[in-house]
Amino acid sequence: MKTAEKQRIQQQFQEKMDYDELLNCMRCGFCLPSCPTYMESGKDEAHSPRGRIALMKAVVDGDIEPDEDVKRSLDMCLGCRACEPVCPSGVNYGHLLEQARDIIYQNQQQSIPVKVVRKAAFQGLFPHQQRMIGLTGLIGFYQRSGLRTVARKSGAMKLLPESMQLMEKVLPDVPTSKSMKQRQRHFQPTVPLKKRVAFFAGCLMDTVFLPTNDATTKLLQYAGCEIVVPEAQACCGALHGHSGEKQQAKKMAKRNIEAFEEAEIDYIITNAGGCGAFLVDYGHLLKDEPEWKARAEAFSSKIKDISSVLVELGFEKLPLSLQDEIITYQDSCHLKNVQKTFMEPRKLLSSIDGAQYVEMKDAGRCCGSAGIYNLVETEMSMQILDYKMEQTKATKAKTIVTANPGCLLQMKLGIEKEGLSDQIRAVHIVDLLLEAYENANSTYSNQSNSSSI
Amino acid sequence: MLAKNELEVLAAIVGKENVETSQASKLVYSFDATPQFQAMPDAIVSPRTPAEVSQVVKWCNEQEIPIVPRGSGTNLSAGTTPLQGGVVLLMKHLDKILEIDEENLTVTTQPGVNTLELMEAVEAKGLFYPPDPSSMKISQIGGNINENSGGLRGLKYGVTRDYVMGLEIVLPNGETIRTGGKLAKDVAGYDLTRLFVGSEGTLGIITEATLKLIPMPETKKTVLALYEDMDAAARTVSKIIASKIIPATLEFLDQPTIKVVEDFSNIGLPTHAKAVLLIEQDGDAAVVEKDIAKIVSICEDNQAIEVSMAASEIEAEALRSARRSALSALARLKPTTILEDATVPRSEIANMVEAINRIAEKHQVEICTFGHAGDGNLHPTCLTDARDKEEMERVEQAFEEIFTTAVALGGTITGEHGVGAMKAPYLHLKLGDAGVGAMQSIKQAFDPKNIMNPGKMFANENRKRVVVKQ
Repeated sequence: MKTAEKQRIQQQFQEKMDYDELLNCMRCGFCLPSCPTYMESGKDEAHSPRGRIALMKAVVDGDIEPDEDVKRSLDMCLGCRACEPVCPSGVNYGHLLEQARDIIYQNQQQSIPVKVVRKAAFQGLFPHQQRMIGLTGLIGFYQRSGLRTVARKSGAMKLLPESMQLMEKVLPDVPTSKSMKQRQRHFQPTVPLKKRVAFFAGCLMDTVFLPTNDATTKLLQYAGCEIVVPEAQACCGALHGHSGEKQQAKKMAKRNIEAFEEAEIDYIITNAGGCGAFLVDYGHLLKDEPEWKARAEAFSSKIKDISSVLVELGFEKLPLSLQDEIITYQDSCHLKNVQKTFMEPRKLLSSIDGAQYVEMKDAGRCCGSAGIYNLVETEMSMQILDYKMEQTKATKAKTIVTANPGCLLQMKLGIEKEGLSDQIRAVHIVDLLLEAYENANSTYSNQSNSSSI
Repeated sequence: MLAKNELEVLAAIVGKENVETSQASKLVYSFDATPQFQAMPDAIVSPRTPAEVSQVVKWCNEQEIPIVPRGSGTNLSAGTTPLQGGVVLLMKHLDKILEIDEENLTVTTQPGVNTLELMEAVEAKGLFYPPDPSSMKISQIGGNINENSGGLRGLKYGVTRDYVMGLEIVLPNGETIRTGGKLAKDVAGYDLTRLFVGSEGTLGIITEATLKLIPMPETKKTVLALYEDMDAAARTVSKIIASKIIPATLEFLDQPTIKVVEDFSNIGLPTHAKAVLLIEQDGDAAVVEKDIAKIVSICEDNQAIEVSMAASEIEAEALRSARRSALSALARLKPTTILEDATVPRSEIANMVEAINRIAEKHQVEICTFGHAGDGNLHPTCLTDARDKEEMERVEQAFEEIFTTAVALGGTITGEHGVGAMKAPYLHLKLGDAGVGAMQSIKQAFDPKNIMNPGKMFANENRKRVVVKQ
């Protein structure tokens, strides 16, 4: 890093970092055992929340320069925010990290390739749902046209790094462009109306994971919800916010606030823990924009995760059943640590007949997916994933349930890496619940059919 | 600053990857959990074996480079702040439990083992290691030994000192000695084991420890008693002890502490109570039953407004963890929290609580109090802002007065946190000049070049008396 760059970053740290929040950390170290990178780095303070906050404060105080090692420490953070619920002082680490990353990335000279990739992804792709559909369509073409078979058989995949090879393998078969473009915007409940909700479909969830979104709306219908899916909605902006692209994140936030403002609804439902956590934080994101702050808070107050609304509506009391098997749950960090939703998924899973729910050790510890972390910090991500796979194997579960697309892909990656893809599957919780619901109802109707004969 | 060739020597001993010198690394090892103490080390060194510890120490001694041994850096006396630079010595590679001996009831461990992991490992075999400092989820056993850590169970079971039977120590000259052993009786020479427990890294480096274990108590019951005023709670404490019951835990929290702890833990603590006692008894079922019944009636006789029993172990553990979070939770209220641990004979607890309130009022500072009431070890915690110089002076005066009062009541300036750099200026209050002198001669004998954690325990000449500027 050049001296001028460092000075600029240091100056902005002094202007923009929330100093009271930095002081709020009293350095007790209660966060240390909760931090995956601290534990996996052999207990290196530079890769702990306490250490990172100390580094941010030292840059503000002028004790040290914001050099490459400081940046390295902040880059290494998963942003899982597991340190927040265990912090007795209530330090809002996530906000500090986002602010620090934003300052560094907006002021740092980036190499041209990095710049091009970041710009293409953060400004060119995620904000535009049509382009997401376009790209997913290309993946679909790759998967269905025979290209994939050629690529895998010819050995061309071997040219990619191992984690990318695995990623290619675990990417689900994506929906056709047609089904993505013709997404239904309004659903009626199948039982008497209990709640009116809007569905936050998400950029990735409404393309690559469209079947999971369809399962979500079905569950909501079965639970008694009328659902609208506002067309003007956009990507939540979490990837931007976590990667030091705050301005772009604010743009996305405003678009979403406007898109959902008109609808007369009780809740805005999400099925991706990572998105939900960013959506509930819009009030903070727009805190310095007086004309938006109140609107953002109104929006955020309606956000609810699918498992939370299902429990509220008593979905776990409906008939749900699966074949005899052990299931386990991997928390979505942001669903647990930010939205504080962790009992609800367990309650739902425990109520499935035939399935035995077994809690894995450290279920609340990050799986290492963390947005694009597994692509940019592959080594640490894979180390964290190896630990996670050890814990899942110990449960003897056949099904690993997740609540966020990133976690889902990462767990699939873990299964593939361990060579267990013929024995263990990873699923999104809504897909499993729908499977259990439909299974129970078909058994039920079969039974009633046979009894009537 | 260490020169390039000096760092090369260290790297040759422990491997290049175990010597850190980046600015960021130095910064993150420049502090511990003590507010207002920060100083940069010159390098962070992580030996892989006890033999490497010995080589590093020997070389540092020859070069007169300070060494600060460090576990997880959770101490509250600035014990691991590298005040004079030098090498921060991490024990992270020495992290194995070497043996659990079920015949002699001992565990032999390396210093870098996490305290809670050690407890869980012995509990899996039906054995019990009682010292439970609030930082036990984070702390390392080596740090506990060096600081002689206490905890919630100190009243009945004692502190770390009472469980250390033997040590392997690297002396400042690089020689390795073994003290004690798996022996209930051993009077061969001076008791160096006891000397090194609580020596705060000022005499040598502990590279292995043999700890005493006891059988796991059969059952445990937990009671929460609520009070309208602090004096009634303090009186209850004295009455329980006077009635010849020694509870496993007898903790005290005042109202402001209850409020912040509840804010954090959300377990439904009674925030309307002015004071709360958390009382536990363990042992044989019949004895526990009898003791708890008596404790409940003593609480009621002493104006407890409500006495309730934890319904399950989960609920009891929630109460204990909430109590352990008290100090850090208090940090919610003000930017700076300064914690003390003045300790008095348990019979003086009511007097001490009253004195703390009086002193806080006199100096116009905000002090919350919680702590191990049963063993007289209180944690008056001052909520302040380090940026307010004028208030900080009043805080310092208030604490000086609290120390003096504690000593006058037959107590001490620190019950379990250690002297470190923070209380070094007050050590003479407890020991007198001759007492400090005797300790300094011991230090001189072991560490003539003063390389082991310099600046701790003993105040510099110019700060010898009092730090408060009148």
